[in-house]
Amino acid sequence: MSLQDIHIRVADAHTVGSLDAILNEIASRLHDFVDTGATSLIDLKSLPFSAEEYEGLRATLGRGEVTARLDSIGDSEIYETRFPGVWWVTHYNVEGDIVADLIEIASVPAIVHSQPEDIYVGLARLRQTLTSVRGEPVEP
Amino acid sequence: MKEHETLEQRLGEQGVSRRAFLKFCAALATMMALPPSSAGAIAAALSQAKRPSVIWLSFQECTGCTESLTRSHSPTLESLIFDMISLDYHHTLQAASGHAAEQARDEAMKAFYGKYLLLVDGSIPLKDGGVYSTIAGRTNLDMLEEAAKGAAAIVAVGSCAAFGGLPNAQPNPTGAVAVSDIVRDKPIVNISGCPPIPSVITGVLAHYLTFGELPALDELGRPKAFYGETIHDRCYRRPFYDQGKFAKTFDDEGARNGWCLYELGCKGPTTHNACATTKWNGGAGFPIEAGHGCIGCSEPKFWDAGSFYTPLSAPAADVAAVAQVSMIAGAGAAVAMGALDRAKKQKLQQSREKLTVADLKGD
Amino acid sequence: MDAQELLIWVRGTGLQIAAAVFVLGMSYRMLHLLLIGRKKSLAEARGSEWAGGLRTMWQRNFVLPRLSPRGRFTFVAGYVFHLGFFVTLFFLSQHIALFRAVFGFGWPALPRGAIDISAVLALAAMVALLAHRLVDPVKRLLSDYQDYLTWALSFLPLLTGFMLLREIAFEYVTLLTLHIASVELLLIAAPFTNLAHMFSTFISRWYNGAVMGFKGIQT
Ligand code: SF4
Ligand code: SF4
Repeated sequence: MSLQDIHIRVADAHTVGSLDAILNEIASRLHDFVDTGATSLIDLKSLPFSAEEYEGLRATLGRGEVTARLDSIGDSEIYETRFPGVWWVTHYNVEGDIVADLIEIASVPAIVHSQPEDIYVGLARLRQTLTSVRGEPVEP
Repeated sequence: MKEHETLEQRLGEQGVSRRAFLKFCAALATMMALPPSSAGAIAAALSQAKRPSVIWLSFQECTGCTESLTRSHSPTLESLIFDMISLDYHHTLQAASGHAAEQARDEAMKAFYGKYLLLVDGSIPLKDGGVYSTIAGRTNLDMLEEAAKGAAAIVAVGSCAAFGGLPNAQPNPTGAVAVSDIVRDKPIVNISGCPPIPSVITGVLAHYLTFGELPALDELGRPKAFYGETIHDRCYRRPFYDQGKFAKTFDDEGARNGWCLYELGCKGPTTHNACATTKWNGGAGFPIEAGHGCIGCSEPKFWDAGSFYTPLSAPAADVAAVAQVSMIAGAGAAVAMGALDRAKKQKLQQSREKLTVADLKGD
Repeated sequence: MDAQELLIWVRGTGLQIAAAVFVLGMSYRMLHLLLIGRKKSLAEARGSEWAGGLRTMWQRNFVLPRLSPRGRFTFVAGYVFHLGFFVTLFFLSQHIALFRAVFGFGWPALPRGAIDISAVLALAAMVALLAHRLVDPVKRLLSDYQDYLTWALSFLPLLTGFMLLREIAFEYVTLLTLHIASVELLLIAAPFTNLAHMFSTFISRWYNGAVMGFKGIQT
């Protein structure tokens, strides 16, 4: 017997549910972004969704053209929804649990950008690689 | 003991990228229930933060709180935070035991006097000189008073340390009290719950680490970010409560429809905790999602608030018996008074003398 | 004592005290009232005491057309209040859960919408009655402190209950504590004030009817 065999229906009590509220919130923030360029984030874990509402939000926002995968201290899945400028960012830990679940309003989510500190470390590594390949230092 | 290095140094040594660090900070913001936009500020503060020394004392407790923490859903995140603190004494988790363990505590307390964070789980028994719980021959009271002196702040983990919890329930055979009943001159954070939500424990630690101070607290000393609202405020079954649709038993039509559990004893309306949003077991759910009402585990005296299955609107004590006794007493008194009245009337009647013609004549 | 302990007290010890005072006081008063009795009439009644008593108990509900305008207002507002009060008391789901816990049985609840209406009507009627009592010179003259006391004691449970269901102004814990405490005050005061009419009203109606039903002696 699986969980699906237990007949539990969840009756729909939500005349004005959390789903409506969050969609309105997203719309108003997207509007701000168009007007002023202000990016913003919504923490989905702070909202009292039932499983149905959460799935409802996923279905309504859908999937757009871009998907990115981040691999550091666990996976992160980042994709643009059907609505350009609205991104769904989910961070997982190594065990695959969600540690942060965000809606980000931006043209590119901040975490996707290469970080200056990392670029700097990366440059040094690249130079080192070149040194070891050519066996001689490269002039900056 | 050497001074602890900053977190940035440590993460750098471990080869953690800036991007990974930012991701970690985003997770921290979520965990601390701060707006997600604060991740940047958290990152900036954390790169400068020094690892604080932490001493963890376990008193009259069941180790459920430590279990909750070490079984928490995001091990890498928690372990990263644990990496960020220097846990110098925890008698369940540390490798050292016996004299070596006690010595480690003494040393940490000396080296970081006035700066360490003191975590306490379990209540403190005071009855009979505190003999009901001792460590290395010393009473919990003695150990707490000593450790509290040099602490920068105290975190009471779990309802026992915060409010007395189960040991303190009627009739409280060991005279158990909360940390705040003993220590009065140090800032204390109460992370109540039986057990508390693991990410709330780490969230408070992270807050202390990031901002170097304790988060804003409510009147019972609980961090507002997690205990600011009731379970009922954020319960997904709330629309049913408002419509008056209640499950009457655990297997009726209403229960199957996911209606409100108020009449099955849910204490959600009077309980402040983050279960409805933070959830348990890696976000899998919280008790009400599993069809059981909230038992109010993060509030003081929740063991003494009547049955877990008595609705909040019903008495928490036996009123029917009291009413029956009173009814009998009232009826008895009425009958007695009635008899007395009757006797008085009769007496009056008997003592009344017959009126004679002579009386009327007046002589 | 923190908020939780206070709530535990009003749900436990406080309620036990209130129930004891109420039941003891009321059972004493009512039974005593009946036991005082009347002297047995040696004359045969022309009419029937029982028929007259019962008739009056019923007919006093329909005296509206025979009243003055002032009387009519008091009568209508009074009935609206009493009906609203009883519907709210006996048909709100949470209250039925209470009766089930105390008496061991319950009955079906009315939908929340109906309760909302009855509670609002009862509240409005009470406010109107108080205003009328203060404005109308005759009624004001007839009122003593006990009338205002019992008004407040009946008004508070309705008001706090209404606020509780919507969590108005205070937290749930606080409102629930206030609501239960206000009911306990009402229970404690009832046997000692004219609130005792909640039981004696029909006894006295019967008595009046019975006296009238006597209709002299049979010849
Ligand atoms: S199940 Fe409990 S917390 Fe949820 S709405 Fe009902 S009473 Fe409130
Ligand atoms: S739902 Fe209530 S009883 Fe359960 S863990 Fe949360 S606060 Fe404690």
